[in-house]
Amino acid sequence: MRIEVNGIAREVCSPARTPLLYVLRDELGLDGAKYGCGLGQCGACTVLVDGAAVFSCVTPLAMVQGKRVTTLEGLGTLDRPGALQRAFLEEQAAQCGFCIPGMILRAAALLAANPHPDDAQIREALQPNLCRCGTHMRILRAVRRAARA
Amino acid sequence: MNRAHARNAAGAAIALALVGSCATVEHAAIGPLAAPPERSGFDRALVERGAQLAAVGDCRDCHTARGGEDFAGGVALATPFGKIYSTNITPDAETGIGLWSEAAFRRALREGVDRGGQHLYPAFPYDRFTLTSDEDVHALYAYLMTRPAVHRRAPANRLAFPFNVRSFLGIWKALFFRPGRYRPDPSHDAQWNRGAYLAEGLGHCGSCHSPRNALGAEIASRDLDGGEAEGWHAYAIGARSQAPVAWDVESMRAYLRRGWHARHGVARGPMAPVTRELARASDADVRAIAAYIVASMDGRSGAPREPPAPRAPSGSSGERLYEDACAQCHDGEQTPPFGGIALARSIGVSGENPRDLVNVILYGLAAAGTETAPIMPGYAGAMSDAQVVALVDSLRERFTRKPPWTGVEASVREARAAGPSIAAQPAGGAGTDPALVTERR
Repeated sequence: MRIEVNGIAREVCSPARTPLLYVLRDELGLDGAKYGCGLGQCGACTVLVDGAAVFSCVTPLAMVQGKRVTTLEGLGTLDRPGALQRAFLEEQAAQCGFCIPGMILRAAALLAANPHPDDAQIREALQPNLCRCGTHMRILRAVRRAARA
Repeated sequence: MNRAHARNAAGAAIALALVGSCATVEHAAIGPLAAPPERSGFDRALVERGAQLAAVGDCRDCHTARGGEDFAGGVALATPFGKIYSTNITPDAETGIGLWSEAAFRRALREGVDRGGQHLYPAFPYDRFTLTSDEDVHALYAYLMTRPAVHRRAPANRLAFPFNVRSFLGIWKALFFRPGRYRPDPSHDAQWNRGAYLAEGLGHCGSCHSPRNALGAEIASRDLDGGEAEGWHAYAIGARSQAPVAWDVESMRAYLRRGWHARHGVARGPMAPVTRELARASDADVRAIAAYIVASMDGRSGAPREPPAPRAPSGSSGERLYEDACAQCHDGEQTPPFGGIALARSIGVSGENPRDLVNVILYGLAAAGTETAPIMPGYAGAMSDAQVVALVDSLRERFTRKPPWTGVEASVREARAAGPSIAAQPAGGAGTDPALVTERR
């Protein structure tokens, strides 16, 4: 099956019912997205499909055929981080870091739809993503910072 | 409701206004109290009883804005005639009902008239509250008058002419409103009658669960035949119920109190706050309502105890979506709340209208705070409209023996346009322990 990931057409062999999360991590080696719950309830697996934030752990591969998938790796690299990644680095918005890729992708979807969200809108948009270490305030500052840039 | 209906309604209203303006009965103002009643003057047990009745009436849901104080009003209700804002029913002297005597309060519930003598819009369902007994009005008054007073004026209604002329409501009332107490039916027992009194009156189930005519009045002959509320379909819960599995009183009672049932489904959309409130109602009252509703549903023949077996898979694309995305929860070993309901048991699939199923597929089921309740992720981002339609059609085909739905594409488009806010209601019910529900002081 052929899917488009981060702008590149990729051929994948996983069965059609495989959750996108496993295809990304195991077959394509893109391990930005994390397995947190497997239920679509924690957001650690968040990626973009045609620009919309989805839980990749409950999205079967077949569902994204013909659609554009964007992962953390598609937003920038260590040498050339994207705007959101720069903002998270500048705000040091991470503790264990497990929720962060999901948070960044969810924020990316928000800023694409609403480039200048207010605080309430940021909180509402990030509501599906959980952070257990408690770095929420830094995450909010990072998103605000990226929005201002 | 579409523009044609609104135009017809406007034309009808104007004609009626011109012809029947003498039908607008003027009511006298009831003088204000000198000051809001002393809280200590109300018996504690009476206030507690009022709290339980207010839970049945779901006053809090319409009269409390999101993030606002209890009963301070300001909730916008979108109607085909414009926007109506709920009023402040805290005992504030200036912006609430603090200077309303019990007689004025009773008249509002029974006749839809405010203290000043003006007609109230039937968005406040006095067409149902009119059934309420003196004793229950007395308790409700005690409860509301002992809530914290909040100084907050409701925004002005945004209604187009002629709907913004309150005196024209006299015509609406003359056509559609019959004030009067509940009359017990001697052919049924006391519990049924208590249930009927509550469900048809204070509980105002029919306000959502009955169809309405072009002028927004419930169609009397079609009580509980199904209706619409805030982007969701309120299923028929009377003789026309399409429930795939027969309810009994205990399962209905548990569903109404807890907000979900492992063998029937989960209350979401505008029903979620209803079950959240019913968790505070008295168990006897909820049981009575359950008895009445179940008896109403049993009016139809052939309600099976178990749903029909699913048809064999046909290999359609919609079916593959079910197998790949849904079956892991909905056809696994776990039952609700830890797994999805077997779809053959779900009114979402057997119901008369696909809208609620579409809403849940797109936006999921939100977590119920700290309560144990079913949850589900939404698929709005991952699925295209065509995929949702294929899935919905395949579920209907596979898990029911009912005819296919029409208008599924339109339903999906409308659900997308409505956006995730329609699913943003916090989930309801008492979870596993009603004792955990406490009144905010």
